[in-house]
Amino acid sequence: MAELVTMPKLGFDMAEGTLVRWVKAEGDTVEKGDVIAEIETDKATVEVESSFAGVMFKHLAEEGEDLPVNTPIAVVADEGEKPSEDEIESLVSAAGGKTKKAKAPKAEKEPESEEKKSEVEADAAPAEKDEPDVAPAGGVRSSPLARRIASDKDVDLSDVQGSGPRGRIVKKDIEAYLDSMRSEGREEEAEAVGRALQPIAFSTGEIPEDQVVAMSRLRQAISRRMQDSNQNFPHFYLTREYKTGALMQMRKDINALLPEADKVSVNDFIIKAVALALRQYPNLNARIEDDSHIRRFGQVNIGVAVAVEGGLMTVVVENADQKPIRLIGREVREMAERAREGKVRNEDIMGSTFSISNLGMFGIDEFAAIINPPEAAILAVSAVQDKPVVEDGELKVGSRMKATLSADHRVTDGAEAAEFMQVLANYLEEPMRLFL
Amino acid sequence: MARMTMREAISRALWEEMERDESVFIMGEEVGVWGGTYAVTKGFYDHFGPDRVKDTPIAETAIVGGAIGAALTGLRPVAELMTINFAFVAMDHIVNEAAKLHYMFAGQFKLPLVIRATSGGGRQLGATHSQTPDAIFAHFPGLKVVSPGTPADAKGLLKSAIRSDDPVLFIENATLYQVKGEVPEDKDYLEPLGKSKVQREGDDVTIVAYSKMVQAALQAADMLAEDGIEAEVVDLRSLRPLDMDPVIASFKRTNRAVVAEEGWRSFGVGSEVSARIYELAFDYVDAPVKRVAQAEVPLPYNADLEQLALPQVEDIYLAAKEVVYG
Amino acid sequence: MDKKDYLSLYQEMVVIRRIEERSAELYQRGKIGGFLHLYIGQEAVCAGIGSVRQAQDRIITAYRDHGWAISAGIDPKIVMAELLGKQDGCSRGKGGSMHMADVDLNFWGGHAIVGAHIPIAAGLALGDVYQKNDEAVTICMFGDGATNIGFFHEGLNLSKVWNLPVLWVCENNQYGMGTSVGRASAVSEIRQKAEGYGMRNERIEGMDVMNVRKDVSRVLDTIRKEGGPYLLEIMTYRYRGHSMGDPERYRAKEEVKKWEEEDPIGIFRRYLVAEKIATEAELDTQDDEAEKITEEAVQFAEASPNPGKDELFEHIYVEPTPIEYRGYKLEKESEEN
Repeated sequence: MAELVTMPKLGFDMAEGTLVRWVKAEGDTVEKGDVIAEIETDKATVEVESSFAGVMFKHLAEEGEDLPVNTPIAVVADEGEKPSEDEIESLVSAAGGKTKKAKAPKAEKEPESEEKKSEVEADAAPAEKDEPDVAPAGGVRSSPLARRIASDKDVDLSDVQGSGPRGRIVKKDIEAYLDSMRSEGREEEAEAVGRALQPIAFSTGEIPEDQVVAMSRLRQAISRRMQDSNQNFPHFYLTREYKTGALMQMRKDINALLPEADKVSVNDFIIKAVALALRQYPNLNARIEDDSHIRRFGQVNIGVAVAVEGGLMTVVVENADQKPIRLIGREVREMAERAREGKVRNEDIMGSTFSISNLGMFGIDEFAAIINPPEAAILAVSAVQDKPVVEDGELKVGSRMKATLSADHRVTDGAEAAEFMQVLANYLEEPMRLFL
Repeated sequence: MARMTMREAISRALWEEMERDESVFIMGEEVGVWGGTYAVTKGFYDHFGPDRVKDTPIAETAIVGGAIGAALTGLRPVAELMTINFAFVAMDHIVNEAAKLHYMFAGQFKLPLVIRATSGGGRQLGATHSQTPDAIFAHFPGLKVVSPGTPADAKGLLKSAIRSDDPVLFIENATLYQVKGEVPEDKDYLEPLGKSKVQREGDDVTIVAYSKMVQAALQAADMLAEDGIEAEVVDLRSLRPLDMDPVIASFKRTNRAVVAEEGWRSFGVGSEVSARIYELAFDYVDAPVKRVAQAEVPLPYNADLEQLALPQVEDIYLAAKEVVYG
Repeated sequence: MDKKDYLSLYQEMVVIRRIEERSAELYQRGKIGGFLHLYIGQEAVCAGIGSVRQAQDRIITAYRDHGWAISAGIDPKIVMAELLGKQDGCSRGKGGSMHMADVDLNFWGGHAIVGAHIPIAAGLALGDVYQKNDEAVTICMFGDGATNIGFFHEGLNLSKVWNLPVLWVCENNQYGMGTSVGRASAVSEIRQKAEGYGMRNERIEGMDVMNVRKDVSRVLDTIRKEGGPYLLEIMTYRYRGHSMGDPERYRAKEEVKKWEEEDPIGIFRRYLVAEKIATEAELDTQDDEAEKITEEAVQFAEASPNPGKDELFEHIYVEPTPIEYRGYKLEKESEEN
């Protein structure tokens, strides 16, 4: 019995993927679990495994093609079976698609998904549903209080970014806007780029030739994505120093209770802290949906950058706000291991909503990361260091750590991002909160 | 001050008022020999005797109707309906008589009457015995509807209700009887009817509640505090007359509110309170008011299902987080 | 009872009749609103009971209450003013036809929900027992129709269980609205229902005021002496419909006619003349007097002012209580001021 292989959905936000390479050629024997193709999404390159055993009977897509999720890409048939074109056609139409280059069966898919959406909404709280999806008259969604303050202070609401549900402008947005008006000009002093130390040139007598090295697929993907992010996402950066004395002590206490294999890292604490802070600031756990919409993710899935050979991958702790730190630690460790060994699974790298890059283990004092698109922000975490601090007028040794948030200015603004960093301080500096 | 349960506080209020005023007496099902189905009137029968602690037939119409008649003669009956679910049997007397006689006869009739009833679910008593229909009774002008959320208020409010010349429906949440608190021992300790009270102060969000939900709101406020959100808990205490002043004062500071009630949301206390917030403080609204209430089902018997339907501390916590856009 | 008492009893019955007749006219002219339940034909019951009850005896009745109000001692002017919804009415125009009372006269009102006042009556008697008002009896009237509702059972049962001094009076006018007793009650004699409570009971004729007086005063004495409740079923007849606008399809004109020949006023008049207590001429004078009282009552009521707007918010509670909502119109008005 011939079976269809379709473009897999490799994350909740994946809409389409590129068929990079066929691993199984037509006529190859396929075992269940064999890798049959490589797919690239906007996040990473992943392998498609076959759920069937048999023979790769026919490729329905070509390498390099972009295909929406669920589009049939191949037919796997039983040994010796020769399905006719008609049979394949009927298989495909039964699957709700069209053979070949049916590049965008969107027109057919959309209404179905719309229907589903409305079903889901019917179950949701009616209050939410009743709220019209269009902005109210005047074009700006805002609370009555915001409107009153705006009118008192002569603020044009269309200049203000709303942080409430569906971008509703609320009191704190107006206040943030007023603050930013007051401190205009201050932003310029930011962006002080650290000067890199130039290596001292010296001659060994033999100067090697230039090398042109082929970029791995991973490298290519990183290259494309980082360029896209840095060019198209207007980044802004906020750095804050956190007191980490309590956190370090707690980690020590906790690890004293845990077996070696289960010990938690500082980064595991940070993941949990970030995830909880994001619950309070859903606008940073978001992406640009289109020109006029921001999608705020329901899940808080924290991507953790892991250095692998020839690049880096982001492994994802799904629903990190819900998980105990110990579980977070175990998951990150296992996923990072798989990533380094090239055995990463689809679910390991899919669906992050916010990322963390930690270079603390390299002793980095401070750095800024490029946003992992299409997310709204990334946190660059530096080393925990003992350093001289002044406390109560006395010079003391204090444990400190710097972190820099890179955020997409289309989605959020300085004040909100700064508040997030402040809330994060609550969790990092009083880590007991992580357990409540 | 003495630390005691709400049951003791209510019992104490009744006892003190009966000692103070000969015209106060109790009538209801099992209030006497049995000592009250919730043991609130335990020991009363022996001390005050059968004339002042009157066991009635299981006949709510006779209980409320009889109490109304006795009140008209100048007595201060405290009629006990075992649960508010049985008030429906006496609905005519509560609604058409108690709430109306003073007005309809232009002040000639006075009804210094208290009707006590337990309300609320959570004890696996099934759909007919687990309702929180408090809002229904608050619908009628002429009746006062009081429902305390703390032992101290239970004592002070019940004493005021007994001394009031108006008919008062005094609703006790049966799952609160064990809740302990500091209660003034003063025999003239009175809390005013028709006055809301701030039970906890905070600047970030206003949680409006009454009865059992006051306790839930205070717990939710503690959880919110851990997240850096300071909730103000306003206890309505009386549903009629409804005192919105502390609610509005609080809302004008916080701009955000959650209204919690154990009963159903449709046409409920939350509906009323949020409507009034919009009427009285529209220009201070920074987020839609959220209502926390019971799922709209007749309460099931199964304990898990029942708890699933009843509003929980977490619901208030999450609703508060939502209105502060946290 | 001396001559003066007889004459005033006669006059009272005629005044009640005239007031009801005028009420019907005023109703048809749109001056009286809502429901109007006329007492015409039943005058001997309230006049008889009213003339033998003592001041400490409480009277409580249903919605057919104008006759009772007058018999209890409320000035016909005040009754008429209430019917017209005026400020000088006994309930300041807020009660209307069905809700007349005067607490000072121990008249605890007309009550409009069928049977709902029955448990309340038990409560009134309980109040007397509790306060050791040993001589007081609560006299509670209701129609035959009310004995089929649950209130009746709970009230009568409680009165027996607690041995309360209540005279339960069923004014059996033979129709609960348009449904005859035979079609609505499981037993043909209402008094039989008292048997279920082990309660003393009796059925008496109610068209002859002297008969009513005799039987009721005897029963009241019994209650005062022995305590406990007593049910009296008093047979009577209303000449008019249940309320204004009753099509009266449920009974034949001949039936009404037959009863009208037994008119309580006519019976009493014949009695007074036959017993030489009064002459026809004297009674005619009483009739004229009653006519005059009725006319004055109507004039007084018409001249009485409508209750002021503030009356709307008076007496919701005894204790000062903020008015929560004044209604759209009044709120708008007060905003503008």
